[in-house]
Amino acid sequence: MRLRDKRFLAGLALLLIFIIALVFPAIAPDSSTTNMGVFTLMYVGLATAWNIMGGYTGYISLGHAGFFGFGSYALGLLLAKLGIQGGYTPFLFVPLAGILTALLAVVVGWFALRTRAATFVIVTIAFMFILQLLAENLVGLTGGGAGLGFPSPPWRGAFYNIPFYYAMLVLALLGLGVSWWIRRSKFGLGLLAIRDDEDKALAVGVPAGAFKLTAFVVSAALVGMIGGVYGYYVTFIYPQFVVDPLIGISMVLMVFLGGLGTLGGPVLGALILEPAQLWLAYQYGASRLYLVFYASVFLLVILLMPRGIIPSVRDLLARWRARAGGSNGAPGAMREPPAAAQEGAAP
Amino acid sequence: MTLVLEAAVLGILTGGVYALMASGLTLIFGVMRIINVGHGALVVLGAYLSFVLWRNLNIDPFLSLVVTMPVMFVLGVILQIVFVRPLKTDREALSVLVTYALALGIEGLLGYIFTSNYVQITAWYDTASFPIGSFRITYVYIYGFLLCLAILGAIFLMLYRTTFGGAIRATMLNRTAAQLVGIDVDRVSAITFGIGMATAAAGGVVFGITNTFNPGSHYDLISRLLTIIVLGGLGSLRGAIIAALVMLVATDITAVVISPVWASFVFFVILVAVLLVRPQGLFGATVRDRL
Amino acid sequence: MSLLEIDHLSKRFGGVVAVDDCSLSVPAGSITGLIGPNGSGKTTIFNLVTGFIARDQGGIRFKSQSIAGLGPDRVFDRGIGRTFQLARIFPRLTALENLLVPVRRSGLRALFSRAAWGNEKARAMEMLEFLEIAHVAGALGGSLSYGQRKLLELGAVMMSEPELVLLDEPAGGVNPALLERIADRLTRLNARGTTFLIVEHNMGFVMKLCSEVIVVHRGRQIANGNPEAVRTDPAVLDAYLGA
Repeated sequence: MRLRDKRFLAGLALLLIFIIALVFPAIAPDSSTTNMGVFTLMYVGLATAWNIMGGYTGYISLGHAGFFGFGSYALGLLLAKLGIQGGYTPFLFVPLAGILTALLAVVVGWFALRTRAATFVIVTIAFMFILQLLAENLVGLTGGGAGLGFPSPPWRGAFYNIPFYYAMLVLALLGLGVSWWIRRSKFGLGLLAIRDDEDKALAVGVPAGAFKLTAFVVSAALVGMIGGVYGYYVTFIYPQFVVDPLIGISMVLMVFLGGLGTLGGPVLGALILEPAQLWLAYQYGASRLYLVFYASVFLLVILLMPRGIIPSVRDLLARWRARAGGSNGAPGAMREPPAAAQEGAAP
Repeated sequence: MTLVLEAAVLGILTGGVYALMASGLTLIFGVMRIINVGHGALVVLGAYLSFVLWRNLNIDPFLSLVVTMPVMFVLGVILQIVFVRPLKTDREALSVLVTYALALGIEGLLGYIFTSNYVQITAWYDTASFPIGSFRITYVYIYGFLLCLAILGAIFLMLYRTTFGGAIRATMLNRTAAQLVGIDVDRVSAITFGIGMATAAAGGVVFGITNTFNPGSHYDLISRLLTIIVLGGLGSLRGAIIAALVMLVATDITAVVISPVWASFVFFVILVAVLLVRPQGLFGATVRDRL
Repeated sequence: MSLLEIDHLSKRFGGVVAVDDCSLSVPAGSITGLIGPNGSGKTTIFNLVTGFIARDQGGIRFKSQSIAGLGPDRVFDRGIGRTFQLARIFPRLTALENLLVPVRRSGLRALFSRAAWGNEKARAMEMLEFLEIAHVAGALGGSLSYGQRKLLELGAVMMSEPELVLLDEPAGGVNPALLERIADRLTRLNARGTTFLIVEHNMGFVMKLCSEVIVVHRGRQIANGNPEAVRTDPAVLDAYLGA
């Protein structure tokens, strides 16, 4: 199949998915399915955002739940302080929550990025626990263990999910758009170079510190905004449920499942894992076995497909193509010049 | 003032326990270059094992170590071979996910068997104490501390006086070079993981006696342990011990002087402060890799 | 005119003095060889100049401006590129992408301007053709042969049109035919205005290519001049045979 044809098909598939996503609430059988859609889109956004840092630079942040929670509290507090009522208005403040999260990320990032790989992971974990502690203990500000309330929207019944669904869709698309732009830019190449060999990247002039911080801040801001919408959706947030390590690890697992560093990987991972996660929680949530199942799935995925679905499939296809005859130069790892080196290529 | 002193002493005693738990964690990092985020869960597992032996068979917790340490050692070797060794690419990142999954699995299993009620191991000498100056120290803390000293001492002896210990140190310094001189790094890794688990079992006993715990306790534990090994310098045994002592003394003093709530906070503040000045931790190797 | 001047540079690692009050200068427009027995400090000098390690004392001046204390990316930005003893490229990027990574601040326009970006890609393809590896443009760096990687590494460095390039053992692990090619490319690049400082053990390569040779031993310069003079210098012979 020629490149033109493949890109056309891929574009078509994307359009189809986009249309389904757009009309999903209308075709969903009941509101609990739409609710599933809200959370799935939420994770599409989270995974995509996380991938901008973890996938492109290779710096694994296990503390992104901290930014998620911060965004939640930021929006909640903004709305409370400004006396905003429930409705569509709160959504307008989501970007503000994103900016605040970005500012936090600048501080955290400047500090955390002074270290390399392994220490960075741990510092991000520490950051998340610090934030959780702060949320629990700054009772005057956050309400501590009693939680923080969001204004109640006036929507009732089945309609309730709809605005939130589209808010999450918008954020997911925003994340994908940013991720796509980065991927095919020189900035993105710089990030990938940092991932491959940071010292070599420095040696060819890549301003690694600035690039890493930028990726980190962008990633955090997106996650913060999604956290804000989430808080509004569930109306009441508590420290341990919104600065929740499980949220942080889920987004990471989804990216690894789908394919670290690819554009579609996080989306695929979220589309597979979140509905599965929700179903498991529904079936087994009462007993602790839910965790055991989740852990088992987790382990299987990592051990069987360590590179994730998309790269593994790509490799498989490449091998088939090579075997089907047609040597076009270097064997083995040959592939089409990717998005960054081609105008308007499909992701 | 005596309160502060008492807090400091307590800090040293509990610091010893954390030092023991952290030592396993930092050794594992040093040899395999992986961050075992499941270490907290393993400690909790060790605690529950001793708890079961104590509750159902009335075995003294410290004595139960004779059983739990070898069991956990073997378990550790098996876990390493099954879950860690197969990881080839992206080792550091994937190992975090794998060990986290193990932690979740253990938490789930323990939760299923024991529910989420808080429990604690008690020993007959648990409330017995002896006076030093104007305050009292409970025996159990002393025993725990002595146990930790003993095991840490044994580890140091092994590392610096035995051939196998030499093999471990060689692997920590340069895995490839170690392979080139004939060291079976896979075996070293598996055994080190087993040792890590055994220390977790020992730490678990003391942890279980001095704290109430439930399956979810591993989060708080691992966040502290990770902070300690980063502060001490990843891979440095010496560093882990000193960092544990420093952290615990500081936390306990803060609990007494300011409030217990902010004590946990101090933990991270110290980490931040040290990393600002020394990103590699107190005893860690400097950040640049190869040139 | 001296392009690069090193002035009483010193660096020790614990008890080992790698660079010992070393002073040398590289004439602009030349291909200068930097030779010396193993352990004489050549790679350390490279690392000091390019900002990978910090000096203990001494000055490093490039185009009459001090560059001591700058990080590797800033040094590259000033116009100094370098290759490594073991050729380093980005294994998970294609050959073409490898050439598109290098950043020179003025070239950051490519971050935002599509025209500039397109321009760079065209230049990258030209570079691949110049190095005769255009046929692997789409292959991942990790799948290239060692010789191809060496050429690619050189290409990446040249993309930013540096004034000075430090080559660390360009002939290492390379077969004679490829060596010819490399030598030829270097000559042509030099003719276009790039100065080269080459650390090398392959004397034939050095003697043929270099107009100027600096000899270091035990962390300091012991001789310099044209290849013939250096080859017969008694101090040099002593260092190589006696050390």
